[in-house]
Amino acid sequence: MVDESTRKTLSNIPLLRTKAGPRDKELWVERLKEEYQSLIKYVQNNKDADNDWFRLESNKEGTKWFGKCWFFHDQLKYEFDVEFDIPVTYPTTAPEIALPELDGKTAKMYRGGKICLSDHFKPLWARNVPKFGIGHAMALGLGPWLAVEIPDLIAKGVIHYKEKVENT
Amino acid sequence: MSTVEELQQKITELEFQLSKALKQNVPRREKIGAMSSEVVDSNPYSRLMALKRMGIVNNYEKIRDFTVAVVGVGGVGSVTAEMLTRCGIGRLLLFDYDKVELANMNRLFFQPHQSGLSKVDAAAETLKNINPDVDILTFNYNITTVENFDHFTKILTTSSLTNGPVDLVLSCVDNFEARFAINTACNEFDLTWFESGVSENAVSGHIQFISPGETACFACAPPLIVASNIDEKTLKRDGVCAASLPTTMGIIAGFLVQNTLKCLLQFGQVSNYLGYNALNDFFPIMNLKPNPNCDDKNCQNRQLEVAARPKPEQAQEAFEDEGPVHESNEWGISLVEESKEEKECVSVADGLSFAYTLPGVPDKSLEHAKEASTTSDVSLEELMAQMKSI
Repeated sequence: MVDESTRKTLSNIPLLRTKAGPRDKELWVERLKEEYQSLIKYVQNNKDADNDWFRLESNKEGTKWFGKCWFFHDQLKYEFDVEFDIPVTYPTTAPEIALPELDGKTAKMYRGGKICLSDHFKPLWARNVPKFGIGHAMALGLGPWLAVEIPDLIAKGVIHYKEKVENT
Repeated sequence: MSTVEELQQKITELEFQLSKALKQNVPRREKIGAMSSEVVDSNPYSRLMALKRMGIVNNYEKIRDFTVAVVGVGGVGSVTAEMLTRCGIGRLLLFDYDKVELANMNRLFFQPHQSGLSKVDAAAETLKNINPDVDILTFNYNITTVENFDHFTKILTTSSLTNGPVDLVLSCVDNFEARFAINTACNEFDLTWFESGVSENAVSGHIQFISPGETACFACAPPLIVASNIDEKTLKRDGVCAASLPTTMGIIAGFLVQNTLKCLLQFGQVSNYLGYNALNDFFPIMNLKPNPNCDDKNCQNRQLEVAARPKPEQAQEAFEDEGPVHESNEWGISLVEESKEEKECVSVADGLSFAYTLPGVPDKSLEHAKEASTTSDVSLEELMAQMKSI
């Protein structure tokens, strides 16, 4: 199902409690607070483990998320913009994480740069509604996707290291 | 460089070609006021109205009163829309946010010259040309996002030919999120709909009739999958997300529209769930009862309303009574009956299985994962700021 290291990562991301989506007014604010608390802890864990790999923020309604993720390969840092919407049916359905700049560069994507998730993701998510949140989607979805796809895309020469990334 | 004479020559040549091309486009069919059953070459409805003469459908011309929403105008949805257009449906609402791409050309309907156009606009143009009697409205957006969902539900509930709710919603989308969004809308506003789908390996598909409160909704149970009898180990997913075949999609679109016609014009039996396994041409059929503990509160509400209604008896008996629908059964085709419901575990027809089980055994490793504590003294703004400052 899930490999040992992902399992360990998952177990350290705080679970969520409130089952509410963006159409549930007050409850959604509650859920959003839990999302942020969980994400803050997850990012903190990553930093502590010297494995900091993404930053996210949202609009004030918490319905649109954007940020950056990065991946190290041969000691070079490759950085990508991440974005996704919170669907009206969240948290029953997971957010569809997208890396728009890679759209059209790999077959492991749906239109708009939405990453293609493994067969295991959806069942695991469904079994853990409403406990899983955005942090879990990142850990279970985007993390493994980057680990498999980015080295492959680099090897194929589809993506190149951009030196100036660090200066911006 | 060309001389003036050469250029003038070129102009006359092009003018000739243009007038020829314009002439070719002239024979557009005019709108037709009422469906006629007259059998003449010029009547596009003669073969459809013949269904009445043959006693299959009592009221074929009633099709013009109906409004159908097609959500997702891809491999299945575009063919579905074309079939309904050719059948003379009253009004079609098309929803999709995608553009036509050359990668879509293994499917039916769209043509290479339409690449780059939005699917809904490209489809509407072709469909209006095929049958100008059909009123076609297009909506080019993603229905799953917060900003579009309310508009989506508003359109579904007010866009029939009499400004009421649409008669039927057809889900021809390719992802779980959009199916769930449709399910949410239809449960909330009590809209009858069909779910349809083709598997990512392109060799199986299904349609499912969902009448909120009467049949299982999309949230009542995990999605059913048609067993393809392919060993998971030999199914290679390397380098691709999904495969697709025009055949499978055409078949599913055919099933979908066939059942749509049966449902709207009230003939034959509408299948509750019909699966298709392309590898051995197997078609499992089953009925799915709603889950009293469905996660969707509106599904539960619809179930209570249905329970409170006096039951139309004959409708139920149709499936229970194995009376001979056909006198002979040359190929030994049989209706696969729904098995008795068991506690927690609902059994499904042969050749079908749930995509996953619910409720699952909680992941042991997650047991000690702490809950995000919701101390209300921290405001959302503070948390947002904290996240930004990491």
